[in-house]
Amino acid sequence: MVEYEAVIGLEVHVELRTKTKAFCSCPNEFGSEPNSNVCPICLAMPGTLPVLNKSLLEYGIRTGLALNCEIAHFCKFDRKNYFYPDLPKAYQLSQSDFPLCLHGYLDVETDLETRRIRINRVHMEEDAGKLVHGEGNADYSLVDLNRGGVPLLEIVTEPDIRTPEEARLYLENLKAIIQYLGVSDCKMEEGSLRCDANISLRPVGTDILNTKVEIKNMNSFRAVQRALEGEIERQHGLYETGESIIQQTRGWDDVTGTTSLMRTKEEAADYRYFPDPDLVPIHLTSELVESIRKGLPELPAARKERFMDDFGLPAYDAGVLTSSRELADYFEKCVSDYHDPKKVSNWVMVEFLRLLNTHNMEVRDAKLTPSHLVEMLQLMDQGTISGKIAKTVFEEMFATGKKAGIVVEEKGLLQISDESKLAEMVEAVLSAHPEVVEDYRKGKGKALGFLVGQVMKQTRGKANPQMVNKLLLERI
Amino acid sequence: MKLTREEIEQVAELAHIALGEDEIIELHNQFNDFIQFVETINDINTDDVEPTYYLLPLKNVWRPDQHHQPLAPDEVFHNTHEHDGGFFKVPRIL
Amino acid sequence: MDIFDLTAHQLADMLKKRETTAIEITRSVLERIQKVDHDIRAYVTLTAEQAIESAKEVDDNCKEKISPLAGIPAGLKDNICTKEVRTTCCSRMLENFVPPYSATVVERLNQVGAVITGKLNMDEFAMGSSTEYSAFFPTHNPWDLDRVPGGSSGGPAAAVAAGEAIYAIGSDTGGSIRQPAAFCGIVGLKPTYGLVSRYGVVPFASSLDQVGSLTKDVRDCSMVMNVIAGQDSKDSTSAPVDIPDYTSFLTGEIKGKKIGVPRELLDGLDPKMADTFKKALKKLEELGAIVDECSFPHAEAAVPAYHIIAPAEASSNLARFDGVRYGHRAVPEQGKDYDLVEMYMKSRGEGFGPEVKRRVLLGTHFLSTGNYELYYLKALKVRTLIIEDYQRLFREYDVLVTLTTPDLPFKLGRKIDDPLALYHSDSYTIPVNIAGLPAISLPCGFVDGLPVGMQVIAPAFAEGDLLQVAYAFEQNTPYHKQRPPLKKETAKGSES
Repeated sequence: MVEYEAVIGLEVHVELRTKTKAFCSCPNEFGSEPNSNVCPICLAMPGTLPVLNKSLLEYGIRTGLALNCEIAHFCKFDRKNYFYPDLPKAYQLSQSDFPLCLHGYLDVETDLETRRIRINRVHMEEDAGKLVHGEGNADYSLVDLNRGGVPLLEIVTEPDIRTPEEARLYLENLKAIIQYLGVSDCKMEEGSLRCDANISLRPVGTDILNTKVEIKNMNSFRAVQRALEGEIERQHGLYETGESIIQQTRGWDDVTGTTSLMRTKEEAADYRYFPDPDLVPIHLTSELVESIRKGLPELPAARKERFMDDFGLPAYDAGVLTSSRELADYFEKCVSDYHDPKKVSNWVMVEFLRLLNTHNMEVRDAKLTPSHLVEMLQLMDQGTISGKIAKTVFEEMFATGKKAGIVVEEKGLLQISDESKLAEMVEAVLSAHPEVVEDYRKGKGKALGFLVGQVMKQTRGKANPQMVNKLLLERI
Repeated sequence: MKLTREEIEQVAELAHIALGEDEIIELHNQFNDFIQFVETINDINTDDVEPTYYLLPLKNVWRPDQHHQPLAPDEVFHNTHEHDGGFFKVPRIL
Repeated sequence: MDIFDLTAHQLADMLKKRETTAIEITRSVLERIQKVDHDIRAYVTLTAEQAIESAKEVDDNCKEKISPLAGIPAGLKDNICTKEVRTTCCSRMLENFVPPYSATVVERLNQVGAVITGKLNMDEFAMGSSTEYSAFFPTHNPWDLDRVPGGSSGGPAAAVAAGEAIYAIGSDTGGSIRQPAAFCGIVGLKPTYGLVSRYGVVPFASSLDQVGSLTKDVRDCSMVMNVIAGQDSKDSTSAPVDIPDYTSFLTGEIKGKKIGVPRELLDGLDPKMADTFKKALKKLEELGAIVDECSFPHAEAAVPAYHIIAPAEASSNLARFDGVRYGHRAVPEQGKDYDLVEMYMKSRGEGFGPEVKRRVLLGTHFLSTGNYELYYLKALKVRTLIIEDYQRLFREYDVLVTLTTPDLPFKLGRKIDDPLALYHSDSYTIPVNIAGLPAISLPCGFVDGLPVGMQVIAPAFAEGDLLQVAYAFEQNTPYHKQRPPLKKETAKGSES
């Protein structure tokens, strides 16, 4: 039986967080009142002309450099002509034959190996507006042009991706890099990062490129992975039964978890690209490109290396902590005031990330600051609170933003280290459970744990566990 | 290259312009005369000639990333045939 | 002479000497419009009230000190956007369009206290050379009301010639300022591409369009250029060049100037036209210029190249007129419904006139898959050859001179049935737009009582040289002083 492998290429659109739109000075804002960030230019009123936003070019170059691309010495904008109500000029300003960046790559680490995904191109373009469809059987749709003209980068890979998991990893890495660059917030749910995939299958060991299928409308990285998995299955099925693959575009439905046909190649539009005569070309000097390169921040891969080298973290920890710039910054702030990076790493990776996920929050939304976490760790070191209590304190700090000391005080969580008080409790526990004491003496080590647990229960976890241990051992 | 009537109709569809029957007939005649005329350009040898994409030697024209005041809503919709609650209105898109 | 018959510089002098007021000038022009426009039909929208107000402001604040154009009434071609004043491009598509912004050229005129009398007729979206393609009505040539004023800036040219505006602003894509200027016996300048901002001027073909002036003489032309020329941050294609005082070139002196006359454009000329042109060349020689025949090998190729590039760009420029945000929107028949594509197609089918449809469809065809290389790219290569021809010529000559158009103003309705013939009528002016050069048309004689225009072409941004040659010729010939013999009291209803 023939074994197949997938050949996958991704096209990612990233909405840039410039202050203004790509070709007019309207604010680039998400969530404003409909059609409130519009002007004669982005409404395509007659006679108006585009002028390029310098930030779009700079953000594009930064992204290209971070993705190891060559930055073109010459590039230009072209008109991509098609009619749709969300496209006021009836052409999109985009780049066709001379894009800003070419020939880059991004390395992703799978469980088995490092895979190099080549980037074919990164080009600049403008976004379309948003369509809202009338409720129920309404016979109309509504157009909001706030997003019309917002700057986009389109990042296109070579067909180098072989598995849906690699596709997800590529996207996660790409997102991290773009966030590090500070050029986009990459929120897939708000549409500031969008991904289309091209996929075909071929027998393993060949390098042919079969008819590909394009998949659109995926709204999360997980959706991309699922859609690709489904499409591999669908195409595999067709090959098995000897049917041919038809070049087409399929739409992902997140609810049903399936794709369905949107259009076939015959219906593909004729975009009539030509250079926009209203704009002038761009000639980039190496000096300009180099000055932008010098201003690039440390990128995830480099930061991960540094976390491993400087803080002695395992690769896994360093990878998780540097997966987002905010999280890495958070971690670094903690360790600048605390001596044990691994301990910080454990708290950030386990408790902090768990709570962020549970509450669907971003690092920047967290009330629990790095100094709060450091203070808590210091209270643990001083024996003021136990590890178990610390978890409660952490959750309380996360919920309220209060400092560790205050939480401990308000909730009465101070550790009990008063020896005579604890000795009394130990006596009581011992006399209440003679059979357990007997078990321990017979060599059942676990019995001690039970007895410690009883004391902790009575003190609601506040007893100093080392001291309880010591007192028990003295008396058994 | 002569265009058939069907090709004229295809071009009209691509340009999103509805044509009446008489218009199609008229355009069909004129189109082919006209195309024949512009094809005289092919008599000129342009081997090794670079196309002129831009007339002036201008390059690198851009503006700072600073915002201006957007249009007020009454100005946005002043010339609009159909709008609804801050939106432009079009026939339903399926 | 009546006030409306004077030039802007004459009126500016009178204002300076307090011999008249802006109000008086404006009233004179408005009265003239009242009297003759039902015969000429130059105006699409009259802004009499605003004009009086602006004139009053000039008088009250002594604005005539700011600029010689302060208080002087001007008309605008109706593809130039005017804030809060209807701007139609003489199309059903924009019949009720009121822009919330003004073109940069309008803002510059406003800044110097210009008085805007209204918006002037044109071929729909500037596509045509007779103004008969206006969706509203044709304009009549003041020299012979049965004839066209030329186009597409026929309204501006006729208005200036008839004293309905002291000067006007138009646009020129393939001759749309120069040919009507020639037909109406006035001066029309198409500046270098990039010299005047295109912002707010509804485009026909972006790489060919340029805004320019229609005036009664060369000095007025220089004065208008002093105000409207210059880089604009809203137009990426406007050039960062220093703007001289264009009136400083009006020396009357052209001794030793080398003038080339492309022999390719002399073939097949009507004998009377040829004779008029020869006399004009002789006059230039008398004035000390060195006039030589020269060769412009790709002159003929410019016309088909233009008729590929212009409709291609137009097809994209005019795609935004879809009835969604502004402009004509088709309404479904009673009891019927339409889908999105029908709405688009019907709105555009109803909103555009036949000539616009023809050009948009041709342009769409030239850009579509498989045709781009065949037509559009080929035309851009021919464009290079034409530019090179001019470069070669300007190494030898200071300016080139041709007739503006081989035709006399033709009778209304005569050519409209033959669009191909109309296209040819622009064959002297088109190569200039293809190369983005400046060119001026000025009166050089009369044939059968109708004005004939001569075109002077200069290298890019050498408007000064153009004006120098044009001024010397003008000051030594009587043609610019002639006014069309419009009866003072034309009978109403004489229009066709």
